[in-house]
Amino acid sequence: MPTEIKAPILRLHDVQIAYGQIQAVKGIALDVYAGELVCLIGANGAGKTTTLNAISGTLPIRGGSLQFQGQDITSLPAHLRLRAGIALVPEGRGIFTRLSVEENLRMGAYTRDDKDGIEADLERVYTMLPRVKERLAQVAGTLSGGEQQMVAIGRALLSRPKLLLLDEPSMGLAPLVVEKIFEVVQTVVKEGMSILLVEQNANLALEFSQRGYVMDGGKITLAGSGEDLLNDPKVRSAYLGEEAA
Amino acid sequence: METLLQQIVNGLVVGSVYALVALGYTMVYGILGLINFAHGDVLMVGALVALQVIVFVQKTWPALGTIPTLLIGLSAAMIVCMALGYIIERTAYRRLRNAPRLAPLITAIGVSFLLQTLAMIIWGRNYHSFPQLISTAPLQPVDGVFITPVQIIILISSALLMVALILLVNKTRLGRAMRATAENHRVASLMGVDTNKIIAITFIIGSGLAAIAGVMFSSNYGVAHYAMGFTPGIKAFTAAVLGGIGNLGGAMVGGIVLGLVESIGAGYLGSATDLCHLPLWAQSASLQATCANGGSFELLSSNYQDIFAFVILGIVLIFRPTGLLGERVSDRA
Repeated sequence: MPTEIKAPILRLHDVQIAYGQIQAVKGIALDVYAGELVCLIGANGAGKTTTLNAISGTLPIRGGSLQFQGQDITSLPAHLRLRAGIALVPEGRGIFTRLSVEENLRMGAYTRDDKDGIEADLERVYTMLPRVKERLAQVAGTLSGGEQQMVAIGRALLSRPKLLLLDEPSMGLAPLVVEKIFEVVQTVVKEGMSILLVEQNANLALEFSQRGYVMDGGKITLAGSGEDLLNDPKVRSAYLGEEAA
Repeated sequence: METLLQQIVNGLVVGSVYALVALGYTMVYGILGLINFAHGDVLMVGALVALQVIVFVQKTWPALGTIPTLLIGLSAAMIVCMALGYIIERTAYRRLRNAPRLAPLITAIGVSFLLQTLAMIIWGRNYHSFPQLISTAPLQPVDGVFITPVQIIILISSALLMVALILLVNKTRLGRAMRATAENHRVASLMGVDTNKIIAITFIIGSGLAAIAGVMFSSNYGVAHYAMGFTPGIKAFTAAVLGGIGNLGGAMVGGIVLGLVESIGAGYLGSATDLCHLPLWAQSASLQATCANGGSFELLSSNYQDIFAFVILGIVLIFRPTGLLGERVSDRA
């Protein structure tokens, strides 16, 4: 909770990101505290995915700085950010379609060498996502969208991240699958993991989040607790599909 | 019948060398989408370094047995080629990773010229005879079919190397990271994979295999030469395309098939194009004398065996561009 006085696990300071001449993110500040579920909502093209990619290290930033656990990670390459404890479930899931489901999950544990820990974590993923266990030997490209999303999340959890970045986990999925995925999200948050969630489904995201940021045109236009944002008339009219009163 | 068996033996030997080289092409293509045209020249460097080291060892420690001498030469060739593969990737290809595809392709051809020219400066333009450390005295397991100890060793060791590579790629953590990187660099890096390192390792493994293939090639034919990499290189490339470029099993199958087709084809090319077999021609005034008493007038001799590789390349590219085993070409999702 923001009332506690402690340093954030993730801090974005005046972050600017550009694709060539086009500035996609125009100087944003954003904090995530330990054990917090924070969501980033906004319309298509607002810069949400761009921001997550920059945090994961797969996209360079043009200006500003990124701090993770008090360390500056602005120039750290993606593979070292994962080792530091940041995992991203990318938009479109990023499944290795030619690898088996089990190999996909094991890729998540690529940086670890504690065999017993990995096996235990695999078992945990199977318990949380029983559908995944039924398909371990299958080539991942043959899975349904929902199953792929579960594998992508399970895979990210296998790196035992301190901060999990989720990009549109509900996109294109059936309501039952979305429910299952948010169940997992809540479980890991309860265990102390921090999550930064990007969602187009603002209603869903705000309902589960402690805090939220609203992004528009590359800037953060609103920030607040999930509940406040959910009741904010501007948010309701812009992102929750309600007529302005 | 003996001719056929003999050509099958020859085809398997040369095919396994093609396969080893084709693996290098296909691994690099799988992970970078790049045809590394300098790969054949790495083979040449391997053969010439081995030659140099073997000659040196023979002079300095004449008492050393032939097998240790060969192994020292082979190891030196592998070390030099692996380092060379790393340097090529690091200096020539890495900075072009996001460039339009034509740029790395042209660079690869440039690297190939560079290696050949350097080799020419170091080793001269002459053919060097490669020390025959393993007997090339043919054995005759079946009447009329000959195989040399060198060829037996080539067959066995390339089979072992291919099995080892398949196990490495499919069963180990490194192999998994290689396959993941080949499919998607970005997501692989999100898993904590240092993709630059994986790509460098791919070049190093491929170059090591090329060094071995170079020593095999020169041991089999007894010569080494600064331009010797071109033909096996282009044929191994054909083998990789034939099997389905990017596909390891495909490179192996493609190499063996190409070796067999080439060698069986060469075995029969002469008599198949013998005009004396055609009665009308044989009795014509100009050929009558030549064809008398079992003479022959072959339009294409076995010297033309190289055409098979290119005919195959053409046919594959026209009718099955994904190759025998490859069903994926454009799946960068």
